[in-house]
Order: sequence, then C-alpha cells, then structure tokens
Amino acid sequence: MTTPRPHAIELRDVTKTFGSVVANDRVSLAVRRGEILALLGENGSGKTTLMNMLSGIYYPDSGHILVDGREVTIRAPKDAFALGIGMIHQHFKLVDVLTAAENIVLGLSGGVRLDRKALAGRIREISAKYGFALEPDKKVYRMSVCEKQTVEIVKVLYRGADILILDEPTAVLTPQETDRLFAILRAMRADGKAIVIITHKLHEVLSVSDRVTILRKGRYIETVETARADVQSLTDGMVGRPMRLAISRVEAETKPLCGVRGLTVRHKDGHSVLEGVSFDLCGGEILGVAGVAGSGQQALCEALAGLEPGAQGRIVVGGVNIAGMNPGQILAAGVRIGFVPEDRLGVGLVGSLNIAENLLVRGYRKQRGIFLRRGPAKAQAGELIRWLAVNATGPGQRVSKLSGGNVQKVLLGRELMEAPQMIIAAYPVRGLDISASYTVYDLLQAQKAKGVGVLFVGEDLDVLLELCDRIMVLCGGRVSGIVDARTATKEEIGLMMTHAHRRTEAAP
Amino acid sequence: MDKIINLLCAAVLAGTPLLLGTLGNILTSKAGNLNLGVEGMMFMGGVSGLMAAYCYEQWALAGQGASSGVTAALLSLGASFAAGGLGALIYAFLVVTLRANQNVTGLTLAIFGAGFANFFGEFMGIRAGGYVAVSQTVKNAFAGLRVSPLSDIPVLGRLLFQYNWVVYFALLAALLMAWFLGRTRMGLNLRAVGENPATADAAGINVTLYKYAATVIGGGVCGVGGMYMVMVTCSGVWVHNCVNGYGWLAVALVIFAAWSPLQALAASLIFGGLSVLRMYVSLGIPMQLYDMLPYAATVFVLVLTSLRQSRERSQPAGCGVNYFREDR
Repeated sequence: MTTPRPHAIELRDVTKTFGSVVANDRVSLAVRRGEILALLGENGSGKTTLMNMLSGIYYPDSGHILVDGREVTIRAPKDAFALGIGMIHQHFKLVDVLTAAENIVLGLSGGVRLDRKALAGRIREISAKYGFALEPDKKVYRMSVCEKQTVEIVKVLYRGADILILDEPTAVLTPQETDRLFAILRAMRADGKAIVIITHKLHEVLSVSDRVTILRKGRYIETVETARADVQSLTDGMVGRPMRLAISRVEAETKPLCGVRGLTVRHKDGHSVLEGVSFDLCGGEILGVAGVAGSGQQALCEALAGLEPGAQGRIVVGGVNIAGMNPGQILAAGVRIGFVPEDRLGVGLVGSLNIAENLLVRGYRKQRGIFLRRGPAKAQAGELIRWLAVNATGPGQRVSKLSGGNVQKVLLGRELMEAPQMIIAAYPVRGLDISASYTVYDLLQAQKAKGVGVLFVGEDLDVLLELCDRIMVLCGGRVSGIVDARTATKEEIGLMMTHAHRRTEAAP
Repeated sequence: MDKIINLLCAAVLAGTPLLLGTLGNILTSKAGNLNLGVEGMMFMGGVSGLMAAYCYEQWALAGQGASSGVTAALLSLGASFAAGGLGALIYAFLVVTLRANQNVTGLTLAIFGAGFANFFGEFMGIRAGGYVAVSQTVKNAFAGLRVSPLSDIPVLGRLLFQYNWVVYFALLAALLMAWFLGRTRMGLNLRAVGENPATADAAGINVTLYKYAATVIGGGVCGVGGMYMVMVTCSGVWVHNCVNGYGWLAVALVIFAAWSPLQALAASLIFGGLSVLRMYVSLGIPMQLYDMLPYAATVFVLVLTSLRQSRERSQPAGCGVNYFREDR
C-alpha cells in the first residue's frame, strides 16, 4: 500500500483583497514534483497576486498554503527561500552595476569575506547541470534580457529552490530563446522540480505544460490536462465566453504615403540606436515592426512623431520631408500623424487631467483667442466614450483613474478623431485583455480600410503575422529585413530578430 | 627638493580632514543617501571633540591630577564620532523613516551643525573667560609622532612616518572601507541597498537597518574630520567658523573620487596640496587667487566628471531617492 506523494505546493481557498478590490477569491491549485503547471489568465485575473503570496510579497487574507502536505506561513521573501520556493519576477530584480555572481549571492548569510572563487565554481556547476550559458563575472548592465533572466533563474536555484515560479518569462524573449528556456524547464522537471509558469500565451501553455489552471477575474475556473486542451478551449475558459480568435485581415487599396530613407538616431554618448533605417509605408496597409525589446522601436516611433530632434535622414510623408521637425511644425506643414506611444501615461496622456482636457491638449490649436473653450472638448469626449464604450463616469473623469484598457481607448480614440494620414502605434495591446485587444485590432483595420497607413510595433509574432501586411524586423537598430506577413513564418522572423541577415524586401 | 617634500607633508596634513569627510560621505552615499550636511557634521564633531578634551582637562585639574594626553585624545575622538553620528542620525530619521527630501534635509543639517558648533564654541570661550584652548599636554597628543628609527630615515621618514595619529587613522579608515565595500558580504549588501533598494529588499536585506547604520557611521567619520580641523589645524583652540567650507569640498571630492575610498586618498591629497600651495610655491599672483584654487578646481573637476559615462564610476543609482516598499 502506498500513499500518494503530497503535492509540492497546494493552495486551498486563498483569498486576497486590496481595499475593496478582490484580487483572488477562494483560489485553489496544486503542483506536483516533476510537473510544469501553467497558470493562465488575462491581465488582472490575479495570477501574479496569487504567486506573490507564495513568494512572500503579499500575505493572504484567508486560506491555506501547504508545502509537501504541511501547512506553512509565508510572511516574507526569506520564508519562501527557506521553503525552497523561488520566484522569477517579470520585472527582474537585479542590481545593474554588480556582476551575475554578486547578484546571485546578494543577501545570503555566510562568512564575512565573500569567497568569489568558490561562488563562481558553484554557479558554473548549476549552469552546467541545466545547460545555462552564464558568465559569473559579467556585469548585469552589459547583459541582454535573456542573460538577465538566466541570472534570475540561477539565483533561485543557488538558494536551493526546488519549486520555481516564473512570471511571464517569455514576454521579453525571441522564439529561439523561448525554446531554449523551455528546454531548461523540461530538464528541471526531469530533475524533480515543481514549476509554475504564469503566462497568457496559449501556444506556450500547450507546448510546455503538463496541466493548466485557469483564473478569471480573480476566481478559480478549472484545471485541465494540457493534452486534452486546445487553443479554443483555453481561450473560452480564460475569457468566459466563446471568442472568435482569428484576425481576418481586411484587404484595402494601397497608395504611396510615407518613405523613410537612411534614418539614423544617435544617443548622447554617440552610439546609434537607429542606424540607416529605410522603408516605405503605404496608405491602406499595416506595416508591422518586430524585434527584441530595445532594438530601436522607440527611437523609430519617436523620430516619425517628431520627438527625436537629432534624427538624421529623410522622412517624407505625402511629399513633405518632416525629418527634424517637431510635432507642431509637422502639424503646420499639413501632415497629420497619430501617435500611440508605448508609455501611455508618460508620453501619450496626462494622468492628472480628465478625458476632455486630454483631448484639448491635442486640439487646443484649433481654437482662437487666449481662453480655452471646454464645451466642444466635453462634447467630443462624450462622443469618444460612446464610440469606444470607454468605461468611465464621463468626460470629467481623470485619466489616471481609468483601467489600462480604457486609457488605451481614450488615447487611440483621441488620435483617430484627428483623422490622421498615418498612425504610429507602439505596443498598443500591451497589458490589455483579449477583448480589448481585438477592439484595437479592429480599429486599426478600419483605419487601414480608410486608406490610412499604420505602423504597428508589436511583440506577439502570431498577432503580427495575422494582422499586418508586411513586417519589418529590427535588430540592434538596423532593419534586418522586411517580409510579407502572408508568407513569412515565426521561425524566420525570430532568426532575423537576432541576426541582422538580409532578405530581399517584400514589395509593398 | 626640500620644498617639494615640505609641500607634500603639508598636503597630507591639510588633506586629512577632507579625506575623513569624503570617506564618511562615500559610506553614506553607498546606502543611497545623499547627505549634503557634511559641513554641519564636521562642525558638530569639531566642537564636541574640543569640548570633550577641554572638560576632561578641567575635571583632571579640579581633582589636582595631571591630565593624560592619550585619554584626552581618545575622548576627543569618541565625542567627535558620536556628535557627527548624532547629526547623521537626525538626517537618517528624517530621510529614511519620515522620507523627507534628501537635498533639503542635508542643507538644513549643514546650517544646523554650523550654528550648533559656533554656539557651543563661543559659549565655552565665554565661560573660560575669553577663548577656549586646551593645554600643551593635549596639544602634544595631536602633534606629529616621532617613531625612531622610522622617522629618522631620510626623506621617507619625513614623508611617511612623522604625522599625527589622526592621519594614520584616516588612512586606515580608507583601507578598511575599501576592503569592506569590495570584499565582504555586508559591503555587497550595502552597495545593493544604495543601487536598488527594492531588489535588496526582495533579497531579504534589511534596507532600513543598512541605511541607518551606514549613514550614522559615515556621519561619525565626518565628525572625526571636524575634530581634526579643531584639534590639529587650529591647535585645540575654538576659532569661529573653523571648518570653513571643507565639508562642501568633501561633498565634491566624493564625486571626484568616483565613490571609491582608495581614490579618495589621491583626491584629498591633491586638494590638500592646492589649499596650502601659496605657502610653498610662489607664482606671483595675489593671495586671494591662491585661496580660490581648491574651489576653482572643484568646479573644474565637477564639469570634467560630469562627462564620465562609466556605470561603475558613477553615483549609486538609488542615491537621492527614498525607498518605500509599498510604493510600486
């Protein structure tokens, strides 16, 4: 007679509230050793909150946490380490100017002197065991995102973790790096570790996990064997109703609109963030921009929007060269560019102003005289709220009080109301739930159908391939190629994201 | 040749209070606290050091006993360290616990310390009937040491082995601090606190404790620098406004030394030399221009170092920002 081995971790009816917001409502889940559990849910479904209670950042209001069948109390990160629980946060917790080894050993007790040799040896040992490539003496600020993630994982392993929690680990990785990470996770699973991976990417859930636990709006929905699930069933569980998932590409007439030649942007310290970028963007098409985070996407968007005064090269929109102009001059030259920046509340909107005032920030030039007339802006804001079904109390609501999806609706709506010729959208669906994301895709496609040229900077390659007409791939500030989204594959784009190998340009 | 040796010796003597102020402020900065109150903490340390030595002497006199120079020096050291630490403790309470603005708090501390010291300095002077000064015994305790046969070696003996004990104390403090920051676990943890307190917190480091400890000890070291100004530079006599901007120079030297205790040695030697240059090198320019030299050099150095790009050689990233765990 054998009793089944207890679960590595079990959560029973865990509840956590922040003020009046219930982040987790009686959630239960369990992970075994030698298993990868995917925790799936939309933004705001409480995945990270739940895992933060295991890593000691939050403390649950009620419910039980069991490790190896024993009830435990986790009040601080130290308690979690002691139980062998290690969490790899989405935003890395590393000190930039220290080396990998120094970050790994940070905060640990031991002899007064730091024995660097023994430390490096132990790190190499862990790296060899699971197949990490890590240089213990490399400074973190010289590392790529992928290397930083490796440091984070080795850090928790060094602390003896055998229960690993990874919060959206693939958000910053290329498809090849993701495959490598998954290979490592499988090696750890074979080694008997219990692994929880938080994600909202369904393909990854299906490829790496053994079981899936789905959360929705803070509630536990179900746990299924991955082998019995598919993309559609997982989405339905996550969203709570059947969703149409495919993006059907709208076909539209194209006409020449914008030509960029030799666009170069240099930092103050002299290294270029954008080097000799050339491409055409037609009216009536969506040009996707793919690349590892920090490959020059931000500089490209800001140069086009007139926010990079030092940009060199030519940017011709509708026959006018706007390179070197500021946004006011671009507007005065009769070029209408809509800009949806990555940093919505930093560059796009003013959080402490209300919706109507945010519209005025863009539209005040159209009024004469020294006094503002708020009436028209209020009416326009009301129109915007109705049009995009913004969840707000009215035009007078402060933007900082809106949820992420509604902030994006206000920003995108404001830009679209100006009837632009060209739209630059940087990561417009980042942090949005599935239905809000599809609203954004639909809006952009509607603009394309009207003959507007759309530059869409994205991170999810599946979406880029379905939504865009062509995809420009950036690597280290250079264009490594422009491909036809109808024929290109994810693997091909993934390779171009890391190697600046050129491919014949796809015709617009 | 003789002139150069004289200048170097004078530079070491003049640079020591700068070194102590710089070291204290480096330690504080490494915890992510930008304490501009070095001048104030030096003042507080200076007056307290003098007061400790003076009161001890009066007490010894009253008991008809002879006062011991070593005891007076140790009391002076302890009192100045405690007073500098007290100034830093006020700063740390305001900045770490109450999360007040670091710049404003530091500036206030500089003004407070100067007022505190001048008040008690003048007060002691009036009580003593004119001015306050320590006896020759105590003065001798702060005079240059003679360690035969080392001090008798030609040139080297004068260059290395004939300073007062505080010079060697400062040198030791610099070496100790370099070892602490670079080679020990606690030093590593402290650097992490100054660079990225949220990360340090998540790694299980007690951020508040580290900030308090580094700030208070750093303030104590600054206080010893102030004691040097009073007991050595002013020979144990209270001189109104005796710290005279050295604390501000130390703040600039921290940047010049790139937050490295070992580079602080070189930086304070150079600035010590600049401040005594007029007595050893005659350039035929007005004296006021000589007096300007350290300050002009500071401006020059600050402009130069602002061009520096390297991450290792720049201010700890968390410096000037107060850490609050729930502020995410």
